[in-house]
Amino acid sequence: MKPANMENTAAPLLEVKDLDVGFDTPEGKVHAVNCLNFSLKAGDALAIVGESGSGKTQTVMAIMGLLSENGEARGEARFKGQDLMKMSTAQLNTHRGKEIAMIFQDPMTSLNPYLRIDKQMIEVVMHHQGLNKSEARAHAVEMLRAVRIPDPERRIRQYPHEFSGGMRQRVMVAMGLLCEPDLLIADEPTTALDVTVQAQISHLMSALRENSNTAIILITHDLGVVAGLCDRVLVMYAGEAVECGSVEQIYYEPKHPYTQGLLASVPRLDQPEETGLNSIPGNPPNLLALPKGCKFRDRCPKAHDACKEKPPMQLDEQRHAWRCFLGGAA
Amino acid sequence: MIKHSLQRLLGLIPTMLMLITVAFFLIRVAPGGPFDSEKLLPPEIEANLNAKYHLDEPLVQQYFRYLGQVVVLDFGPSFQYKDWTVNELIAQGFPVSATVGLAAMILAFVVGTLLGIAAALRQNSGIDYSLMGFAMLGISVPNFVIAPILILLLAVYAGWLPAGGWDWSVANMVLPVITLSLPAIAYIARLTRGSMIEVLHSNFIRTARAKGLPESVVIRRHALRPALLPVISFLGPATAAMISGSVVIERIFSIPGLGSYFVQGALNRDYTLVMGVVIFYGMLIIILNFIVDLVYAWLNPKIRYDEKR
Amino acid sequence: MTKSADKPVIDPFEAALEVHDIKGRSPWEDAWHRLLKNRAAVYSAFIMAFMLVLVVFGPMLISWESDFTDWDYTSSPPSIESGHWFGTDAVGRDIMVRTLEGGRISLLVGLVATIVSLVIGVSYGATAGYFGGATDRIMMRVVDIIYALPFMFFVILLMVVFGRNILLIFVAIGAVNWLDMARIVRGQTLSLKNTEFIEAARACGVGDWAIIRRHIIPNLLGVVIVYVTLTIPQVILIESFLSFLGLGIQEPMSSWGALVSDGAQDMESAPWTLVVPSIFLTVTLYCFNYIGDGLRDALDPKDRL
Repeated sequence: MKPANMENTAAPLLEVKDLDVGFDTPEGKVHAVNCLNFSLKAGDALAIVGESGSGKTQTVMAIMGLLSENGEARGEARFKGQDLMKMSTAQLNTHRGKEIAMIFQDPMTSLNPYLRIDKQMIEVVMHHQGLNKSEARAHAVEMLRAVRIPDPERRIRQYPHEFSGGMRQRVMVAMGLLCEPDLLIADEPTTALDVTVQAQISHLMSALRENSNTAIILITHDLGVVAGLCDRVLVMYAGEAVECGSVEQIYYEPKHPYTQGLLASVPRLDQPEETGLNSIPGNPPNLLALPKGCKFRDRCPKAHDACKEKPPMQLDEQRHAWRCFLGGAA
Repeated sequence: MIKHSLQRLLGLIPTMLMLITVAFFLIRVAPGGPFDSEKLLPPEIEANLNAKYHLDEPLVQQYFRYLGQVVVLDFGPSFQYKDWTVNELIAQGFPVSATVGLAAMILAFVVGTLLGIAAALRQNSGIDYSLMGFAMLGISVPNFVIAPILILLLAVYAGWLPAGGWDWSVANMVLPVITLSLPAIAYIARLTRGSMIEVLHSNFIRTARAKGLPESVVIRRHALRPALLPVISFLGPATAAMISGSVVIERIFSIPGLGSYFVQGALNRDYTLVMGVVIFYGMLIIILNFIVDLVYAWLNPKIRYDEKR
Repeated sequence: MTKSADKPVIDPFEAALEVHDIKGRSPWEDAWHRLLKNRAAVYSAFIMAFMLVLVVFGPMLISWESDFTDWDYTSSPPSIESGHWFGTDAVGRDIMVRTLEGGRISLLVGLVATIVSLVIGVSYGATAGYFGGATDRIMMRVVDIIYALPFMFFVILLMVVFGRNILLIFVAIGAVNWLDMARIVRGQTLSLKNTEFIEAARACGVGDWAIIRRHIIPNLLGVVIVYVTLTIPQVILIESFLSFLGLGIQEPMSSWGALVSDGAQDMESAPWTLVVPSIFLTVTLYCFNYIGDGLRDALDPKDRL
C-alpha cells in the first residue's frame, strides 16, 4: 500500500464542497446528501462507506451528472479546477468516460443487452480519442486481456448475456479503463460477485492505481474490501459525512460511535465465537424528516443532551475528522 | 434460429386448420341456403345448383372437399357474382387493399414512432401532453367518423382532394391512407413513448451516459432498438386492425378493394366469397404474425441465443 | 406478525383474512388518491356520468318521438325556434332525441357485451392460471390460435350467419373479445396462487373452485376493473363499426354507429346529422379511454411510465 499522501501537495483532482442532493417525491423532499465535503488528489483512493440509503451512491451520481430527473444537486464539485455542477451535459460529456469513468453496481443490467461487447467498448475510444474502428477494437481487446478475460478476440464479439456476472463486471472495469481516466468511480463494484471474483476485481483496481496513478473513489458497505484498496475512508450516515480519516485511523481509532458500531458489526475470525455478531440497533432516520442535531442520536449508545444540537466537525493533526461532541482531547 | 423458425412454421398449421374449420361450419349451420333469396326457383334448377356447388353431399364430405381446395388456394366459385371465382375477386380487390394498407402501415410506423420518441424525450412537457392528448383522440375517434369529416372539409368544402373513387392516383390515396393510419399512429405513438421512457430509465442507458456519449448517440445507438421492440410485436395486431379498418374505409371512399367485396358479400349472403375472404385474410394475418415474430427474435439477441443452445 | 407469533393459528382462514386486510386496504386507498390526482380521468368520469343521465332521462324530456317525422322541417339545421335543437334528418326526425336513444343502445351494448367477455375471460383465465401445467398450456394455446384470427371478420361472419338481432350482437362481440381478459387474468392468477393465504386455504382442504371463487377472483378485481373500463369503449366501437356497415342494429332501432352512417349519407346537405352523433360517440370513447388509463395508472403504478 502506498504511504498516505502527506507530501502530495499538488492541487486536488476533485474537490467537493457543500454538496447537497435532494429528490422531489410525491411524499415530499428527500434529503439524500447534506453539506458533504471531501477532496481527492491524483492517485488517491478514497472509500465512501455507509449503509444503504446513506447517500453514497447519490453523491457520485451528482458528480457525474447522472441524477434522475427528480433529483437536484447544489454545491461545488471541482474537477481539475472546473465545477462539474455548473456544466451543461455537453460540457460534462467531454470529461465523462474520458477523464472520469464509472463502474456501476449491477453488472447484469449495466451493459446494453442488445449490443455486442465490442460495439459498447469501441464507441468510448472512438468518441473520446478519435481512433478508427480497427485501432479502437485492438485497444479494447488489449484491455479485456488486461482484466484477464480469456480469449478476448472471440469474447469481444459476444453479447453481455453470454458472460457470467464476474466476467461482466470485468468488462465494465475494462470499459472504464479504456481512456485511462484520471478518476475512476466504482459503485459497489464487487457487491454482486463471489468472494473470489471480488478479490480479483479489487486487485485489478489496485494494479491500475499503481500503474497509471488513477485516483479511485470506491463506494461500498463492505469494510473488508476497503482495507485492501484504499488509503482514506469517508463514513457517511443519513446523507452526512460522520467521519473521515486514513484506513488505519478509521479501523484502529474510530472516533464516531457510528463508525465504532459499523466496525463492531464486521464478523472477525480473530474473535471468540461466543461474542457473536454485533449490530447497531434501530434504523437510519427518515430522509423526509431528518432530526435536528446529531442524526445518529436515536441509535447512539453514547447520546447525551448536547446531541440535540448539531455536533461540530472535529479535526486532529493527522487529518482525522469526525462529527461528534465526543472523542476530542478527552 | 432456423429450428425456431421451422417450429413456429409447423405451429401455424393448427391455427390455419382452426380458421378454415370455424369459417366452414359457421357458414353451414346458417339457417337457409345461399339461393333462398332467388325466389321461385324451380326445384330441379335448385337441385342442379346444389349439385354444381356440391351442396347435396354430406357435410363432412363437403368439409374435406373444401379443405382440399383451400390447401391449393382455390376458394371456389362465387355464389353471387356469376361467372366469377372467389380467387378472381380476391385477385381484383387485394392489390388495391394491399396498396392502401401498406402505405398506411408505413406511415403509421414512421409517424407513430417519431411522435412517441418526441413525447418521451420531453416527458411531462407541454409537447408531451398535447401529443398524448392527440394520440388519445386518434384511438377514440373511429375511422368512420374521421373519414366523412375529412371528406367534408378537404374534399367537399375545400375541394383539394377527391371525395372517393379509385384510379391508382396518389390524390385518390391520400385521404384513405391517412384515415386508415390514424388509429395505428396513435397506438404506436403511445406504445413508443411508454417503452422509450422505460428504456431511458434502465441501467445500461446510465452507463452509456457515463461514457460521455452525446445524448443523440445514446438514444440512437442504445435506446432505440429496445424501445422499438414492443412496436415491432404490435405490428401483427396492427395489421389485423388495419384490415378490419379497411373494410370501412373502402366503403366510405368507394375503393374497389377486398373489404368492399367482403361487405357486399356479407350483405348478399355470398357464402363462398365471405368464407374465402375470411380465410385469405386470416392466413395473411397468421403469416404476417409469423414474420413479425422472426424479426423480433432477430432483433433480440437474447432470444437468438436461447434458441442456439 | 406479532399476533400470529404468540398464539397458534387455529383457523387458517382467519390468518388469510388478516393478511388480506392489511395488504388490501391501504393499496386501494392509495390507488383512489392517485386516481383523484389524475385530472383527465376525473373530468372524464364527470362527463360520463352526465352523459349517462342525459341518455337515460333525456329522451323522456324531449317532446319529439324518435320516429316522428316532422314533414315541415326535413333536413332542417339546428335551431331553437323549430324545437329541433340539433336539427332534423332527411325525413324530418329529431336528431337530438335519436342521438340520445341511439346512445342508450350503444351504451347498453357496451355494457352487456363487456359483461359477456368478462364472464368468459375471467373464468377461462382464472381456470387456466389456477390449474397450471398441461391444462394451462392447452387453454392458452387455444387463446393464441384464436388471437391470430381476424376477429372482426368473424363478428361479421356471425352477423351474416345468424341474422342481425341485438341479442346476437351482444354475444358475438363479447364472444370474440374475451381473449385479452383471459390472458391478463391468467397471468395474475399464476402469480397469486402461490401466495401464503391461498396455501393456507389449500392446506385446510378447501376445494379448488372455492379457492378460485373466494380468494383468487377478489384479488383480481384491480386488473379486471381496468380492463372492463378499457373494453367498454372497444365494444362500443365494434358495435358502431358494424352498424355503420349496415350489419349491426337495424331500423327502427338505432345506435350511434348507425346514426353516423346515416349522417355520412347526407353530410353534404345536412352536416349536423353527421356531426351530432359523431360528437356523442367520440366523447364517450374518449372519456372511457381516459378513465381506463387513469385507473390503470392508479391501480398499477409500476406500469405508469
